[in-house]
Amino acid sequence: MPELTYLQAISDGLREEMRADERVFVMGEDVGAFGGAFKVTDGFQEEFGTERVMDTPLAESGIVGTAVGAAVVGMRPVCEMQFADFISCGFDQLVNVAGKMHYRQRLAVPITIRLPSGGGFSGGPFHSQNPEAWFMHAPGIKVLAPATAEDAKGLLSAAIRDPNPVCFLEHKNLYRRVKGEVPEGRYVTEMKARVARPGSDLVVIAHGAMVWSALEATDDLDGASIEVLDLRSLVPLDEQAILDSVERCSKVVVVDEANATCAAGAQVAALIAERGFEHLDGPVVRVAAPDVPIPFSPPLERAVLPQPEDIREACRELLAY
Amino acid sequence: MATEVRPGTEPTAIPSDLGQLSSADRMALMRHMLLMRGIEERAMSLYRQGKVPGSFYDGYGQEAISAGAAFAMGPRDRLCILHRDLAAHLVRGVSPVRILAQYMGRAGGVTEGREGNVHFGDPELGCVGMVSMLPDMMLVATGMAMAFKMRGEARCAITWVGDGATSRGDFHEALNWAAVQRLPVIFVLENNQYAYSTPLALQFAVDPVERARAYGFPGERVDGNDVEAVFEATRRARERALAGAGPTLIEAVTMRMHGHAAHDDMRYVPTALVEEWRERDPIDRQERRLAGLGVDVAALREQVSEEIAQAAAQALDSPMPDPASAGEGVFCVGEPQPLGDGLAPWSGFDAEADDA
Repeated sequence: MPELTYLQAISDGLREEMRADERVFVMGEDVGAFGGAFKVTDGFQEEFGTERVMDTPLAESGIVGTAVGAAVVGMRPVCEMQFADFISCGFDQLVNVAGKMHYRQRLAVPITIRLPSGGGFSGGPFHSQNPEAWFMHAPGIKVLAPATAEDAKGLLSAAIRDPNPVCFLEHKNLYRRVKGEVPEGRYVTEMKARVARPGSDLVVIAHGAMVWSALEATDDLDGASIEVLDLRSLVPLDEQAILDSVERCSKVVVVDEANATCAAGAQVAALIAERGFEHLDGPVVRVAAPDVPIPFSPPLERAVLPQPEDIREACRELLAY
Repeated sequence: MATEVRPGTEPTAIPSDLGQLSSADRMALMRHMLLMRGIEERAMSLYRQGKVPGSFYDGYGQEAISAGAAFAMGPRDRLCILHRDLAAHLVRGVSPVRILAQYMGRAGGVTEGREGNVHFGDPELGCVGMVSMLPDMMLVATGMAMAFKMRGEARCAITWVGDGATSRGDFHEALNWAAVQRLPVIFVLENNQYAYSTPLALQFAVDPVERARAYGFPGERVDGNDVEAVFEATRRARERALAGAGPTLIEAVTMRMHGHAAHDDMRYVPTALVEEWRERDPIDRQERRLAGLGVDVAALREQVSEEIAQAAAQALDSPMPDPASAGEGVFCVGEPQPLGDGLAPWSGFDAEADDA
């Protein structure tokens, strides 16, 4: 199997789906001639042409809204937000038009919204956000957040083939930092959680870049056996995998890179409180960004985004409980 | 050329022959307008009796716009219909009983109780229901047209928007996008003088039909109370669209004759303005036109009201949805069902089909 970066794996998955299904096309700002701000669609226009790799006007509501229109007449648009942050401008079309369509009138909206998300490189308040929870709260939208190259490709294929609106959070800080063996050809990764490292004393539950922070933080934690559960999919949320981990480990740290209040991890903590309480040997501990915008300057950003040390500290305290 | 219609001016002369409509077409236009008015009047009384939950919105006095524009659309065209445009649903083939059941939240309504009032579109008839955020559907219609163009299909999308919706960003994004990509889409701007209680003077400083030209495509103003004029403007816009000449903005000037919704007594509208527009009622005008052609309009009215009475009885008799089904259908499972084709009753499509 070839070794690809997380970014190459996303490109690979997208290319495979476009080759296999002529209904699939890419639209977004600077995705065509320029190949995308992060070069995910580099070379795509040469292979697929200017219509299937469409440079759009700078209009995020327009991107999502026209994608909905194209989808309901049989296309499979893959929209790129240049940065996940800009989905706020397309929020209404996604949440009110796309998300509620099938429930209201039995009309499927197979669109994929690629959301380059997350911080860690001085992107500042508008190029660092993790907006997954906005869409977890809105019925009718699936939300995926892969951590590995293999899952990035497989989950993107799953998103494109899904008959529903799917937010695909691709963490910018993983684009070139994470590499892995990626199967060739088309395959689909199930929208389920994955045990990134099995353990029995404590489980750290995370998604996206925080999976890697969790692995790093607990690689050697005073000899304790620490499980890391990679959620991969937030909607649907793999409740059984979460409860199984809680039962195995009895102690839980939930990590979000996003702002703490109502983050994905808050939902995980609520689930455990409701349905995993009897397996707990201590309080559910959360590590997340405080409820402040993501600052620009490196020391400020580091202070806000959860660091491996924060996760390590949280695990140590909980292990001692 | 644009037909100038402004409150306070005399109604424009009614052309005796627009050249594209057979007598049967003209009857059909009348019939759809009568059906729309009759169904909405019946629904309003059901609302007052407590049989229609929530609120109720109607398009009294605006029937010509949805009837005329939808009548110009082909079976494979796609429509995003606004809340004062019931006649468009009727033209496409939605039955009165399903509409009345829809208003009453019955299981047999178009959305099976998921949605209220005119928030529906029958996917089997090529229609996508609106959302309350206006004018979101302009972008959806633009996206449909984008797909038609990508696939090289001779089809067109149409949507209706109000004067208030011209202030939101999606209006501008859609006009610009459609112009940049020269898409086969028709925007019918239904200027009914008020957005809820807000008059035009507080909504825009430049008449929005002028904006079309600024974005790079034609805008045309028509008398929105003349069903045949609306039809003709839409027919020409569709012809342009199918020829690859891009979008058209049609401003259909009319008056909202009722409140924003059933609760609204519209005391903010000068009585004289309403009275003036009452003289230009689109149904009365079409009736005069048909009478001039020797058509028995009274018989048509009789037929329509009988049809509505039967539909209302049937809808009232139909069951409410099962509460246990409230959680179903949030996500699509399996292969999506494509939009179906709608009815396209205009006789001109027979000729189009013969050409094909």
